[in-house]
Amino acid sequence: MALLALDHVDLIYQTEKDETEAVRDMSVTVDEGEFIALVGPSGCGKTTILSMIAGLLSPTRGSVKIDGKPVTAKSGNVGYMLQRDNLFEWRTIENNVLLGLSIRKELTPDNRKYAVEMLEKYGLGDFRDHYPAQLSGGMRQRAALIRTLAFKPKLLLLDEPFSAVDFQTRMTVCDDVYSIIKNEGKTAVLVTHDISEAVSMADRIIVLTKRPSTVKTIFNIDIDAPTPLKKRESPRFSEWFDRIWKEVTV
Amino acid sequence: MANKAYSKLPCRMREVKSPRRIYLAKRRNDKISTVVLQVGLLAAFIGLWELAAQVGLIDPFIMSCPSRIAETLASIEFSELMLHIGYTLLECIIGFFAASIIGILVAVLLWRFAKLRRVLEPYIVVLNALPKIALGPIIIIWVGAGMQAIVVMTILICVIVTIISVLNGFMSVDEGKILLLKSMGASRWQILTKLIIPANVPALVNMLKINVGLAWVGTIMGEYLVSTAGLGYLIIYGSHVFKMDLVMSSTVVLCILATVMYLAVAAVEKLTKRKFHVD
Repeated sequence: MALLALDHVDLIYQTEKDETEAVRDMSVTVDEGEFIALVGPSGCGKTTILSMIAGLLSPTRGSVKIDGKPVTAKSGNVGYMLQRDNLFEWRTIENNVLLGLSIRKELTPDNRKYAVEMLEKYGLGDFRDHYPAQLSGGMRQRAALIRTLAFKPKLLLLDEPFSAVDFQTRMTVCDDVYSIIKNEGKTAVLVTHDISEAVSMADRIIVLTKRPSTVKTIFNIDIDAPTPLKKRESPRFSEWFDRIWKEVTV
Repeated sequence: MANKAYSKLPCRMREVKSPRRIYLAKRRNDKISTVVLQVGLLAAFIGLWELAAQVGLIDPFIMSCPSRIAETLASIEFSELMLHIGYTLLECIIGFFAASIIGILVAVLLWRFAKLRRVLEPYIVVLNALPKIALGPIIIIWVGAGMQAIVVMTILICVIVTIISVLNGFMSVDEGKILLLKSMGASRWQILTKLIIPANVPALVNMLKINVGLAWVGTIMGEYLVSTAGLGYLIIYGSHVFKMDLVMSSTVVLCILATVMYLAVAAVEKLTKRKFHVD
């Protein structure tokens, strides 16, 4: 059974002026361990789709299920990583990473140990007691990822997580995040408008249409390289880039 | 060792001051001269006032003068002066804390219940625009002419501004952080305690700073209206019997008290900045 299943999902926004059809008849399944990227023209409702998967928005019609159960924000199956790292300036890095566990009241010694070990494993062990302002953009993004992983969600949602990082560090942060996700064996759904980012990270790319958005085409990306940077060096990379570029713009 | 190496340098190089040292010296001189000027200004003001009174340029009966203020303060019995200071200080501090606590609690409720916020908005706007002093007679009749009336006046003057400024701070917390907590399954209460309050610590301290000033306004206003003791009472009494020395002396004491209370809040601000790593 698929880990995540969107089944004939419609979403209509109601405002005082009118109603907007944001998503129409969307069906997608994601298997465990997969890395999916959603790409599409800007304003096509990619973030709306993530909000539904996170259980923050209910679909107007259809269903969103994780492990066969309808999603809610309370279930704790989903880790959401946003455009900015949103680290709390007044908490140390360690306390930021423990935020999700403390919200869920799951701050057991075992869980705490797991989170701290992740910090150490991914090079932030020496910065446990530092405050976010003392860290570089790339380190902050890594801390934000560990915060989402610390409460062991089944599914990771990444909403343009690198758009706020400057270009030079974006490539390395991208590599960092990818290797951590693969290393931990997590399933991830990435939303991005950056096609090269999608091609370099995803196993499968879902191209969305303009609003009301629905699935246009699905591509299985078959570049055989271990990391996003290596994938970018592959000759297949630009082939895929062109194909998806055409699909998005046409 | 280091010193030895240093002394071996050619003489010319030793004499050149590093840009860092020049900068630091400049900064220090700037700070010292500012303090000297500040103290000097006060001394000049007191000196010129006294001089003008001594040579007959101003009438000390109307304008008073530093020596007469000092005399007046010395002539009031210490225990009596302390009684007046005690009354005013107590009223001010009770009003200040009550207004701050009530204001924060109301702001929390208005943040939590959007409907309540929308319903009460016009009332808050009107209450804010209303000069609270106009309510003085009503307060006296309702709560009685005494300390309680003065405290209520102080609370009224501070509380509306507190509600508005704190609520503003609560509402302007980064949406992304709220979304993050919601995606973790946080309750409204958790969003309040884990995010809204800590993110607003600087705003809350700022609110306290504003309230110190307003609380003094409320207390002295209240004492003008109704009181039998306190610095505001001394000022009003002094003006009624035309003892300007008493009016000026009380004002000087008031000045000192207000400064001390402001410094206390400024110290709290420094402490929270260090603890919360935000500024």
